[in-house]
Amino acid sequence: MEKVNIVIVGGGPAGLAAASAAYDAGERSILILERDSMLGGILNQCIHNGFGLHTFKEELTGPEYAKRYEDQVAARGIACRLNTMVMDISPDKVVTAMNREDGMFTIQAGAVVLAMGCRERSRGALNIPGYRPAGIYSAGTAQRLVNIEGYMPGREVVILGSGDIGLIMARRMTLEGAKVKVVAELMPYSGGLKRNIVQCLDDFGIPLKLSHTVVDIQGKDRVTGVTIAEVDSTNKPIPGTEEFYSCDTLLLSCGLLPENELSRQAGVEISNVTNGPVVNESLETSIPGVFAAGNVLHVHDLVDYVSEEAAAAGRNAAAYVRGDLVEDRSHEIRLEFTGGPRYTVPATLDPAKMGDSVTIRFRVGSVMKNRFVDLYLDDERVIHRRRQVMAPGEMEELVLKKAMFEKHGETKRISIRVEEV
Amino acid sequence: MEYDVIIFGAGVTGSAVARYLTRYQAKVLVLERESDVCEGTSKANSAIVHAGYDAAKGSLMAKYNVRGSEMMEDLSRELDFSYDRCGSLVVCLSEEDRPRLQALYENGAANGVRDLRIVEREELLEMEPNISDNAVAALWAPTGAIVCPFELTIALAENAAVNGAEFRFNTKVEKVEALPDGGFAVATDQGSFTSRAVVNAAGVYADVFHNQVSDRKIHITPRKGEYLLLDHTAYGHVTHTIFQLPGKFGKGVLVTPTVHKNILVGPTANDIDDPEGVNTTAAGLAEVMEKSALAVKNVPTRQTITSFAGLRAHEDGHEFVIGEVPEHPGFFDCAGIESPGLSSAPAIGEAVSDMVAARLDLSKNEAFVGERKGILKASELSISERNALIEKEPAYGQIICRCESVSEGEILDAIRRPLGATTLDGVKRRVRAGMGRCQAGFCSPRVMEILARELGKDLSEITKKGPDSPIIVGIVKDSIE
Repeated sequence: MEKVNIVIVGGGPAGLAAASAAYDAGERSILILERDSMLGGILNQCIHNGFGLHTFKEELTGPEYAKRYEDQVAARGIACRLNTMVMDISPDKVVTAMNREDGMFTIQAGAVVLAMGCRERSRGALNIPGYRPAGIYSAGTAQRLVNIEGYMPGREVVILGSGDIGLIMARRMTLEGAKVKVVAELMPYSGGLKRNIVQCLDDFGIPLKLSHTVVDIQGKDRVTGVTIAEVDSTNKPIPGTEEFYSCDTLLLSCGLLPENELSRQAGVEISNVTNGPVVNESLETSIPGVFAAGNVLHVHDLVDYVSEEAAAAGRNAAAYVRGDLVEDRSHEIRLEFTGGPRYTVPATLDPAKMGDSVTIRFRVGSVMKNRFVDLYLDDERVIHRRRQVMAPGEMEELVLKKAMFEKHGETKRISIRVEEV
Repeated sequence: MEYDVIIFGAGVTGSAVARYLTRYQAKVLVLERESDVCEGTSKANSAIVHAGYDAAKGSLMAKYNVRGSEMMEDLSRELDFSYDRCGSLVVCLSEEDRPRLQALYENGAANGVRDLRIVEREELLEMEPNISDNAVAALWAPTGAIVCPFELTIALAENAAVNGAEFRFNTKVEKVEALPDGGFAVATDQGSFTSRAVVNAAGVYADVFHNQVSDRKIHITPRKGEYLLLDHTAYGHVTHTIFQLPGKFGKGVLVTPTVHKNILVGPTANDIDDPEGVNTTAAGLAEVMEKSALAVKNVPTRQTITSFAGLRAHEDGHEFVIGEVPEHPGFFDCAGIESPGLSSAPAIGEAVSDMVAARLDLSKNEAFVGERKGILKASELSISERNALIEKEPAYGQIICRCESVSEGEILDAIRRPLGATTLDGVKRRVRAGMGRCQAGFCSPRVMEILARELGKDLSEITKKGPDSPIIVGIVKDSIE
C-alpha cells in the first residue's frame, strides 16, 4: 500500500494552509486530495472582496486569496490529486479514495488532516411546507451558477436566512440585474457579519425582516411566490402576520453544517454543538494523528482564521509524524464556559503540550451587549476583556499564552466566564 | 387505426400494463402529460409492497394485492429493481383493540396471505427494540416488503419500450371518444391518435376519461399524504415496516426503512380538490411527526432530509375500478388505484393486458424479452470490480453526488438508456444523485452540465422536471440596460 506521512483531505483554504505549514515544519511527504477539478474550494465562487484583511492586510477576492495559498503549495512542490473523492478513512488512517485515472486506491497515512469544509442546510432539513418546484436554491448553489457558470437562477428573489452567503448573494443578484425583495431571518438577530448587512442589504435598500420565516412555497413547476410570516419567541409562525411575496426564486442561507461523514466513518468523536470533531489544543481529534481545521471543525466567518487554524493543524500533524507530539492525552483539561459561549474550539487543552499560545474560539448563543469575557486558570483571572456586543454570527476568540500557565503554576481548571458589566 | 392500444398515464400501473402488453404482438402507445415516467401518485407514496391482509376479502384490492405481492420478488430479479422483503408489523397498542388485531389476522388468512402470525410484546420487542411502550402485540407479516417505486416504474416502462411500446411525454390527453365503428379517438395537446383499445391508467384524472365514455360515473378524490424522509443516520431505528392498528389511539402513520437505507414516516390522509395539490403543509408535517410517536419511540424526525406529499386516487367506493366499460368494449379502466396500488401493479398489468389481448385477439410476441438489466450501482461492487470498470469507463471513477456516492458513469447510463433521464429529477430518480442529505445543493450544477452535454443542449435548457420548470432564467446582467 502506498504510504504518505500526511494526507490532507480537501484542497480548500484549510487544506492548502495545512499543507504549506506542514512543509515549513520540515515534512516532505504530503498529499492533498481534492474532489473538485481545482484547488481553492468554495473560495473560487466567492468573487466578492473582503478576504485577507487580517492575513495580508489587503482586500482580496476569494479566488485571489486562494491563489496565494495555491502558489505557496505549488512553490513547495506539494503533491495534489484533483478530481479525487475520498471514500473512506479508517480508524488506523488508511485513506481510500477514487478518481478516473487511478480508480479506487488506498493510502496508509501517518497523519490525516480533515479539511472537508461544510455544506449548506437544505430546504428539506428546514421542513418548509409548500410545493417543490424549480427555483429553490441554497445560496451557495446560486452563487456557483452566477459566479462560475454565468447564469441567472432567477429574476425576483426572496432570501430566507441572513447567513453571510445569503447576504452576499442578495448583493450579487442585485448587481446582476435581479430584484431581491426581502431577506427573512427566523432569529431576532442576523446570522451574518454586521459589515455584510450594511454593505449587501442596507446599501441596496433590501429589507431584512428579523423573526420572520417562509411558511409556504407556491408554484408547481417553478416558484411563483412565497409566504412569509412573523414568528413568536418559540419560532412558531404568528397567525395573521402572513405576507405573500411574488417571486420566481427562493434562496436559502440557513446555516452551514460541517461535512463530517468521513470523520464519523473513521470513528472520530463529533460535537453535537459544532457538528465538528472534538479537538484538543493541537487540533487533534479523538483519534491520535487525525487533525481537523477550518469549516469541517466549526463554521468560521472569516477565511483568515481558517488559514491560521489550519496552519496550526498542519504543523501539529508534522510534529505527530516526527514523534514530537506527546501521545499521552491523560492531562487534557476540558475547557469550561458559563454565561454565553455554546462551545469552544479546542474543547480540551494540555498546558504541557501547547506551543507559545493557543487561540480559543467560540460563539455565543444570542446577542449580548456590554459583557466582560474573562478567562480563569483555576481561580486566577488571566484574561479580562470588555465586549460591547457579541452575536452568534461573529466568532469570538481569546489567545491563551503559555506564559500565563507558567506564572499560574499547576492548573486544574480552565474556564471562560461571560458576565454582564 | 394507428395503434392497437393507447395507455393513458406512465405511472406504475400504466407502465405495468404496457410491459405485460408487449408480451403480445400489439402496437402500444403510452401517453404521459409529464416529462418522465413515475411523475404522479407513483412517485410519492409509502414504497411498500403490502402483504395483502388489509384489503376486504373478495375485493379486487385483495385479489390484486396478494397476487402482486407474490409476483414482486421474481419481478425484481427479472427487471433488476430494489426490493427487500423486510416484513411488516401491525402494532396493537391496547388490549381493548385485540379483537381488531385478530380480525385483521383472519382477513389476511382469508385473502390467502402466507405465514401471518400474531406476535406478543416480548417477541415484538426483540424484533423492534424501539417499539412503543404501549404495544401489546402485533400482526407479523413476513411477506410484507419494501420497494423503490421509481426503479420499479422505470424498469417496467423501459422493458416495455425495449419490447416495442412507444412512449410520448409532455403529451396531455384531453378527450377520448368511442368511434361509431369501434375503436377510439384520443385528442391530446400534441395532436390526435386512434386505437382499437384504450387503457385508462390516468391516476387522479382517471375519472375524467372514464366518464367521457361511460354513463356509469365514477368519482375520484385526490387524497393527500404527507411524508418525512429521514437521513441514513436514522436507518436501523426500525427494521420492519411498522403500521399501527387503528384503535384507541386513533389512526397512526407508518414508520419504515426504505430500500435505500433511509427511514420513511407518513402519510397523512386529507381529501383535497386540486389534483395537482402536492404541496406539503405545516399542519400535515406536524401531524406526521406527532403520529410517528404512536407506535415507535423516539423516531429521529430531526434527521429529516426532505418532506413531500403524494396524492392517492381515491374512488368513492374505495375499490379498484378495473376492467372493460360495458358500453364501449375496448375501453379498459385501471382507476381508483390507491393503496395497495403499488403492490398490485404487476398483477393489474398482467390481468389487464390479458383482458385487452382477449378483446383484440392479440397473438403472443415470441420476441418478448422479459429480462432487463438495471443501472449498475458502482458502490455495490468490490474494489477490484470497480477498478476494472473504471479502467474501461473512467466516468465511473468520478463521484458527482457525494451524499449518495453516485458516479458520472451511473448518471451517463441513466441518460443514455431507453426512456433515459432528461431532467434533474429524472436523474435523481434513476440513480439517486441529489437524493441525499444535501438535497442536490452540491451536485445539481454538475448534473446539469452532464445533462446539457449528453442531450446537446445549453445549460439554460436543462429543467428540474419538464418545460415549465427551468432552473436558469438567463445569463448574468442580461436584464441590465
